[in-house]
Order: sequence, then C-alpha cells, then structure tokens
Amino acid sequence: MKLTGAQALIKSLEMEGVEVMFGLPGGAILPVYDPLIDSSIRHILVRHEQGAGHMASGYAHTTGRPGVAMVTSGPAATNIVTPLADAYLDSIPIVVITGQVAYSAIGTDAFQEADTVGITMPITKHNWLVSDVNDIPRVIREAFHVATTGRPGPVLVDFPKDIANQTMEWYWPEKIDMPGYKPTVKGHPKQIKDAARLIQAAQMPVILAGGGILKANATNELRELAELTNIPVCTTLMARGVMPDAHPLCLGMPGMHGNYTAVTSMQKADLLINLGARFDDRVTGDPKAFAQNAKVIHVDIDPAELGKVRRAEVPIVGDAKSVITELIKAVKAEQAKHGAPDTSEWLGTLHEWETNFPLRYQQLEGGPLKPQFVVESLRANTPDDCILVAGVGQHQMWASQLWQFRQPRTWVNSGGLGTMGYAVPAAVGAKVGRPDRMVWAIDGDGCFQMTAQELVTASSERIPVKIAILNNAYLGMVRQWQELFYEERYSEVYLSPDLPDYVKWAEAMGCVGMRVDSADDVVATIEKANAIDDRPVVIDFRTDWREKVYPMVPAGGSNDNIILGPEFGEGGR
Amino acid sequence: MASRPHHILTVTVENKPGVLSRVAGLFSRRAFNIFSLAVSPTDDDRFSRMTVVVDAETAPLEQVVKQLNKLIPVIKITEIAPGGGVERELMMVTVSATAELRTQVTELASIFDGKIVDVGYEALTIMVAGESDKLDAFSDLAKPFGIVELQRTGRIALARVARQPTRLRAVKAARA
Repeated sequence: MKLTGAQALIKSLEMEGVEVMFGLPGGAILPVYDPLIDSSIRHILVRHEQGAGHMASGYAHTTGRPGVAMVTSGPAATNIVTPLADAYLDSIPIVVITGQVAYSAIGTDAFQEADTVGITMPITKHNWLVSDVNDIPRVIREAFHVATTGRPGPVLVDFPKDIANQTMEWYWPEKIDMPGYKPTVKGHPKQIKDAARLIQAAQMPVILAGGGILKANATNELRELAELTNIPVCTTLMARGVMPDAHPLCLGMPGMHGNYTAVTSMQKADLLINLGARFDDRVTGDPKAFAQNAKVIHVDIDPAELGKVRRAEVPIVGDAKSVITELIKAVKAEQAKHGAPDTSEWLGTLHEWETNFPLRYQQLEGGPLKPQFVVESLRANTPDDCILVAGVGQHQMWASQLWQFRQPRTWVNSGGLGTMGYAVPAAVGAKVGRPDRMVWAIDGDGCFQMTAQELVTASSERIPVKIAILNNAYLGMVRQWQELFYEERYSEVYLSPDLPDYVKWAEAMGCVGMRVDSADDVVATIEKANAIDDRPVVIDFRTDWREKVYPMVPAGGSNDNIILGPEFGEGGR
Repeated sequence: MASRPHHILTVTVENKPGVLSRVAGLFSRRAFNIFSLAVSPTDDDRFSRMTVVVDAETAPLEQVVKQLNKLIPVIKITEIAPGGGVERELMMVTVSATAELRTQVTELASIFDGKIVDVGYEALTIMVAGESDKLDAFSDLAKPFGIVELQRTGRIALARVARQPTRLRAVKAARA
C-alpha cells in the first residue's frame, strides 16, 4: 500500500490508538491536515498553540494516556515551547508534532522556519527531525514509546513539508529497537530487603509520595504499604489525591505552603521513604536543613534523581508499582519474623499537631469573601470524582490545601514549571479525556487573562468546563512576597477587579458568566453552574485581596522556620 | 589544566546528526564544565566515540554519568580513572624559525619526538603527540621563538588492557 508521508503520519497516530488531538494548522503542516479529514481522530481546533500543548497535558493527567498536539512550524512551534517545558518538569507524556519547512530549505532562513529540534532539545525527553519518508512509522512508534515508558515526558516530532508530500510503502514496525533506551522497571531485590529492614527498625517513619505513584498507577499499592506498616503519608503537590485526604494516615501536602504536620513530620522523622518524588526545592526548603535526622529510602524510575539532591541510604531504581509490591512482600517477611512495629506513639504526636495547627482562615459574616471559603464551598458542592484544575499562584495553593481529594487523577496542575495560564486549556483537555466527569478549574485573575481565549475553543467544541476565578485584582503570590519580603513596596502587581469585565468576556466567548461578591451567594451560584452542561461557565468570585497563603516557609529557608500565619497570633510561629 | 582534578569519560553514541549537540547541550545546561572533547567514528560506522574530559569540581561524576545515560543516542559510558587508561593528545604548532634560529627549533622538536610537517622561509609547523603534560611543556619551550598558530586535538583515551596472563585470569574467574 502506497501512502504519502502525511497519510502515513495520520495512520501511525491511529495505530498508536490516538482518539483525539489538539492543534492549529498552518503553512508547513498543511499536507497533514488533509488526510485528517478522513481519519477517525477527533481534532480540536485551539485558538493559540500554547493551548494545544496544555490541553494535551490535561488530557494525559486525567486519562494516563499520552496527549497529542499538532501545530505548524516557526511561531507555532515556539508557542508550544512552554507546554513542552511544563510537561518536561512534571513528567507528563505528551507527543507534539510540528510542521517544518521543506527538508531541502532547512537552514536557509525560510519563511516560518525555526530550529524547532534545537530549541526543544533541553525540554523534551527526546525529539526527532524526520529526514526520510520511510522513517515515519518507526519515528512515531518510538516517540510514543519514549513518551509513555520509564519516566514519562514530552517528545516532539518535527515534520518537514516536502516529506509529507513524498510517498512510501506502508509498514508498521512490530518491534522497537532503541539500544540506548532501556528503562529499569524492577527494583534490586537486595535494596528492597534493606529498605524493609529500615522500615522495621524505624520509630518515626514518614512516606513522601510523589507524582511517580500516579504515573505507575500505584495508588492501591501505596495504600496497602502505608496500612500494613502504619506509616503516615505526605502527598506532594503533584501527588494530591494518591491517598484520600480523609484517610487517617494521610498528612496532606508538605513544602513551602504545606500544612504544619506534613512539613514537620519530615523534619522530625527518623526514616523518610520517598516513593516517586524528586526532593524538589519547594518541598525540601534548604536541603541542608531538611529532614536532618532521617535515613532515606528513595524509589525512582529515573536513576539520575537518586542522589541528585539528597543522598539515600537505600536508593532503589524502579517503577513505583513494581517496587512497592516487592517491598510489601519484604515487609511482611520482616513482620513475620519480628512482629509489626508499633508507630502509634508517633501517629499520636502527628494527630496532636493536626489538632493544634490546622489550616485556618475566617469567613466573617458580611465581611469580604475569603478565597479559601470559595474553595471549600466548591468541594462541598461537587461530586467525589470531580476533577480539579488549577493555574499557578495563591489560588493554586489554596486549592491544593483545602480541596479534600478523594480519588487519584482528580487533580491537574502545573507543579515544576509553575506555568501561569495553565488552568483553562488544561481543564479543556481534562474534560475531553474524561467527558463523564465534572471538571472545575480554580484560576487566578492574572492566570485567566493569559489563556482565556481557549474558552472559545471549549464553547465551539461544546466542552462544558467550569472556571472559578478567585479575583483579588492582584498578581497575588507576587504581592504576598512583596508584602512580606520587600517591605510592602508593591511593584507592578495591581490588575484591577473590573478590567476586564470577566462576565462580559465570558459571555463574548460563548460561556455563561456570573459574578459573586458576597459569601452568601457562593453556594447558590456554584449550584447554578453545576446545572449547566451545554457550555462552559465562568464565575468571577470577588475575593479579599489582603488574604495570604499560610503556612509558609520563606524561600531557601529551613522547614523548621515554618510561619503559620496571623490566625495563630504574633508572628504565627 | 593538569593540576585541576578531572575525569575522563568515553561515551559511545549513535552516529546520527545532532548527537554532539545533545551531549554538549546537556553539559552546558546542567552546568558541568568540559575541558576537552574529541569525537570520531569507530570501527563500527553505526557508532561514534567521544572522549570527554570533565572538570570534577563543577559536578559530581555520578550526576554527569546518570544524566548522560538518559540521552537516548548514548549507548555506553565508561569512566577511565586517573592512571587507568592510556591517554594521548596531538598538537600542531607553527613556530617562527628564521634561518639563524631554525636549527634550535628543529632540535627542540626532535627532543620531543616532534615531526616537521610543513616548512616555510620564516616558520615551521611541528606535530607533537603524547600526554598532555608533554604538549604543555613543548608549547612553553617553543613560546620564546614565537608561536604563530597552535591547535590541539583534545585528549583521547582507551582503558588499559589487562596485564595478567590469560591463564591466571581464567583461574581467578573460576574461583570467584
């Protein structure tokens, strides 16, 4: 069967099981958009290429399958650089296809030419420039393989226009032959035994569960290990929902804006079991002052993460699901010999802290609307499996802190890169991936203005996402830092609550727009929004601009110096 | 250069376009310094071999190796410990050598086992191969004559071959 390069590309995507892709056509990718008309793949036409990348990421977050985006060359490729960098830091499997000028014109500064492979080399797990029409099926097969196996991540395939128009004899490679790519899945048995021994000996152990638990689909195994050993679990920003927050062993989020108990549990622990987290600086604070008394067991599928920030007494390279399964067996063997260790005193201390140092805010009757109250009201009025998406900043931290997560894969956010504007497109991608679920995004007013146009995409494609803007008229997180660390010298952080008019803007984009000024109207408006299922909804919540995110560990400081906030009296320490 | 601690890595990579840029880019974005880098095809034309001399103070070797291993075209990395390999470098120098000084220059070259590879009225081009220290010494001594141009290849290295007789090794292996 003879196919053009363009047809071979689309057919290869179908062979990989792609059902939906996000994109925007243009000159160099034109030939590929023609056979797309006859394909089973649903294409969602975005309004800006950055949206396509974040949608692919939101889709991947909620489904566990790779998200696919396709855009043209030059400016389109550079517009999708941010989502690639975002997915790279959060290990999200997305496959991006970019058009390129004709192979023969590469290097001539042709119209809409950019060195896409060069630009994206440091922010993709791997990328390919297709140089021969016969390579297409092999390259696509390899691209999906690399994106989804080992430590997942974004990949990019750059596709010159002339190659799209050449013909090839169709084939589908049965085998993948990549001698330089062989991820380790199984943990070393001796290391696993050593880990079980450390667990048996620990008095004050803590599990730090990271995004790797989700990537490995290891939530059940994590829970079994925690319950078997009675070890409490901190869930990083990327791992919110891997344990239900209501579980008695779940301590919630650690880190710069983590709760007191989660942060301090690691500071005091004698054993820290890191399962699929990378000791990000937002978790450790000053790494020299982090968990100084703890021995460390570190499980990661990426060998380069082991020893990068913190030396582990027991490093284990492997897939979290496989390693935890083996670890459970090894722990059971230890317990059969020596009995189950008693962590009840340690758990008692932690629960005391939880009682004494909870997350606190006050919604006064008739007082300004508190953003935290909006988050809690949303949680109380949405189903358990509702997917929550966030942008980056104060609203993201409040969402992560206060949303009582009940299921895995219900939390979509930009962790490592901190990409403002992530929420709207990621919510669209999440809803496309899980149309059966309610999808809410909690967004900031600053974030919303960066990518709001993707609500036009959502309206025209009938993707009914719901956006709650916590509108405090400020770049709130930056404002918070200026207040606390720059002597209240506010520099370029004011945005205005009314400009733009979010309700009119929402309506102009085909959404329902609503505004809430007072705490009394919050629940009724959320219920109204929940009842709308044929178009997107935007609610402009006018929240108290004075509110700050607490607790807080100042950047680069020791986690011992956590500031609890004004609700806890002078200094809040 | 010789006084600062360094590691030598020999990296076998797929012989494909862009691989050098992936390796070099990795070093720069992870803030590892390269002293020298030599690349050439191997006896198997599917692969190239790179000899990278890394500044040991800028990065723990373990991180360098682990990050390199993540690059998909990288097939194999071998560390050559100081003293554990045979290292050589090649240098070509054009030295001013007018008629009255020419004998002195050629004498210096012959002390270093150098070869005259090009001759002009006013200058000579000399090729010297050896360990890096020897090349440093030669260029120091040639400096007073006037160095017109100088180019070094950067180090290449191979692990030392086993020194034990085959029979003895077989016995040891059987015991282990």
